[in-house]
Amino acid sequence: MAEERGRAPGAVHVDGEVVASKRVGAYRHLTLTAPGVPERFRAGSFVAVTVAGHVARRALWVHRVRASSAFGPTLDVVVEVRGSGTAWLAALPVGARVTLTGPLGRPFALPRDAVSCLLVGEGYAAAPLFPLAERLRERGCSVSLVVSAPDESHLLSALEARRWVRSVTVLTADGSVGRRGHVADHLHELVERSDADVVYAAGPAAVLAGAAAAAERAGAWSQVAVEVPTACGTGLCHGCPLPVVGEDGVDRVVRACAEGPVVRGDRVRWDAL
Amino acid sequence: MSARVPGPVMVAAGCGGTGRELEPYAGPEGLDGLDFVTRSITLDPRSGGPGPRIAEVPGGLVNAVGLPNPGLEHFLATELPWLVRAGARVVVSVAGSTLGEYADLARRLSRAPGVAGLEVNVGAPDEDGAGLLAVREPFHAAGVVAAVRREFPTDRPVLVKLRPDVSRVVEGARSCHEAGASAVVVGNAVPAAFPDGRSGGLSGPAVAPVALRCVAEVHRALPGVPVIGCGGVRDLPSATAYLDAGATAVQVGTALLHDPTTVARLRAALRPTAHPPAAEETP
Ligand SMILES: Cc1cc2nc3c(=O)[nH]c(=O)nc-3n(C[C@H](O)[C@H](O)[C@H](O)COP(=O)(O)OP(=O)(O)OC[C@H]3O[C@@H](n4cnc5c(N)ncnc54)[C@H](O)[C@@H]3O)c2cc1C
Ligand SMILES: Cc1cc2nc3c(=O)[nH]c(=O)nc-3n(C[C@H](O)[C@H](O)[C@H](O)COP(=O)(O)O)c2cc1C
Repeated sequence: MAEERGRAPGAVHVDGEVVASKRVGAYRHLTLTAPGVPERFRAGSFVAVTVAGHVARRALWVHRVRASSAFGPTLDVVVEVRGSGTAWLAALPVGARVTLTGPLGRPFALPRDAVSCLLVGEGYAAAPLFPLAERLRERGCSVSLVVSAPDESHLLSALEARRWVRSVTVLTADGSVGRRGHVADHLHELVERSDADVVYAAGPAAVLAGAAAAAERAGAWSQVAVEVPTACGTGLCHGCPLPVVGEDGVDRVVRACAEGPVVRGDRVRWDAL
Repeated sequence: MSARVPGPVMVAAGCGGTGRELEPYAGPEGLDGLDFVTRSITLDPRSGGPGPRIAEVPGGLVNAVGLPNPGLEHFLATELPWLVRAGARVVVSVAGSTLGEYADLARRLSRAPGVAGLEVNVGAPDEDGAGLLAVREPFHAAGVVAAVRREFPTDRPVLVKLRPDVSRVVEGARSCHEAGASAVVVGNAVPAAFPDGRSGGLSGPAVAPVALRCVAEVHRALPGVPVIGCGGVRDLPSATAYLDAGATAVQVGTALLHDPTTVARLRAALRPTAHPPAAEETP
């Protein structure tokens, strides 16, 4: 694939502010100011947020950036409460200060030509696919979006995205909305049907591995956004091992936060993850 | 010995990435003039341990990263030249599984342009797990220092990094100094376990009082030996606690994972202009 990518042009460590906090289904959507971060953002990069009283940082995908608003440039994150750090984040009131570093990591590679793209995401992790879809549309790509979740409350809304993608498919495991089923079980069919040149995936490892395999079978490229628990998010600590096969065919372990989080699906050694 | 002892603020081994990842947060001077201790370098490449490599605990982190590094040859060809070009004063941390490996590393690093000094890592929290030379007794550590010192020019410092174990650290510091160590880094991740029982090392604010006690004891017993404090340094008070206890410098590790600008802030706060120039800095 003729790809354009390269590192995000530098990250910054800044103090920002919560300017909006909204419960959407099972998630909490936070809108933050973070001087310099929205300006540098590329789809697939993330931020590492400082949580009061905790040494490790919490990594969050950037769901959306606005170049301007009443508060200046802002970014949105989607928080699923899982433990103490995400609970703290979800409880932040409007006006609270947050310290964060970003944008971090390697973003999605964009095709140079106007090709056909399938975007597959599950749960909150589908967040970075929305700004990606917008970028791809701007380049004239035809975009099919698949969003999935265990149930409706864990589904990111594709309402707005419908305006600029060719098709939206919704899957929930319990059938509460859209087709019933696990997206991981339908990847071959979804990839075949979309006739995609590139498959982009974001979600749990099983979805990513399935998307990579389905893409390979269909002769398409894949780009996957991998979540490996990370302490710093900046590449300093080597704490988030991602097993890959290098360009030279040699097995390596790279840092998911610095050499990823987005990597080519066919490079990941899924059985060692 | 005329070797300049680095400081007052250094990047601790394994917490500054390859240097490149730190640069965006290093302040207006970047890495220029920064005392940067590399992650521990071994002769052969190591891919590091399996995940999860780091767990968060109250007041710190437990890590079993497993010394991932590209091996000496690749380090000399890529990471070292980059750090030197960026202006960093590069202290290479060395780790080996035999005395011979430490000596070999020192010999080859002595010929590499831009190596400001060495730091001998003999206090790793899980040497067996990491496949490193087991250094249990002060004379073991001194043996490694002597082997490294023999191979490395005396006008450049050899530091030795000792475990913050108050029952052994004074003897260790004494033996290592006699064996030729220019300064003693007191502090490392403290032997600990992950919640599931796997071996690891505890670092961060939780270990600061432990390392501080060791620094104070070493300085009291051996006032002539330069001591570098390492463990939980995160702000001016935690750094000055070590300096007040007699340390000539501090190393910053885990705090960089929490806030990558920590070293830039501490460098600015501890700039020597406020004090008369330190004796070891005049040529
Ligand atoms: C690149 C990346 C992007 C992410 N994006 C999002 C997002 O957009 N929205 C969201 O809700 N979550 C996201 N996560 C997961 C989120 O960072 C973790 O769920 C969160 O760190 C758990 O923190 P906690 O304090 O709530 O849980 P705790 O269980 O209290 O966390 C304890 C420790 O484990 C780490 N940890 C636990 N689970 C994970 C995990 N799955 N991934 C990473 N670290 C973990 C924490 O960072 C912390 O150090 C992302 C993770 C990564 C690596
Ligand atoms: C992720 C991580 C990696 C480390 N890697 C090394 C290493 O390669 N060599 C070494 O001598 N010490 C290593 N250490 C120990 C630190 O250099 C430091 O001595 C210790 O963490 C205590 O200081 P701190 O509390 O400031 O982190 C590492 C620590 C951490 C947290």
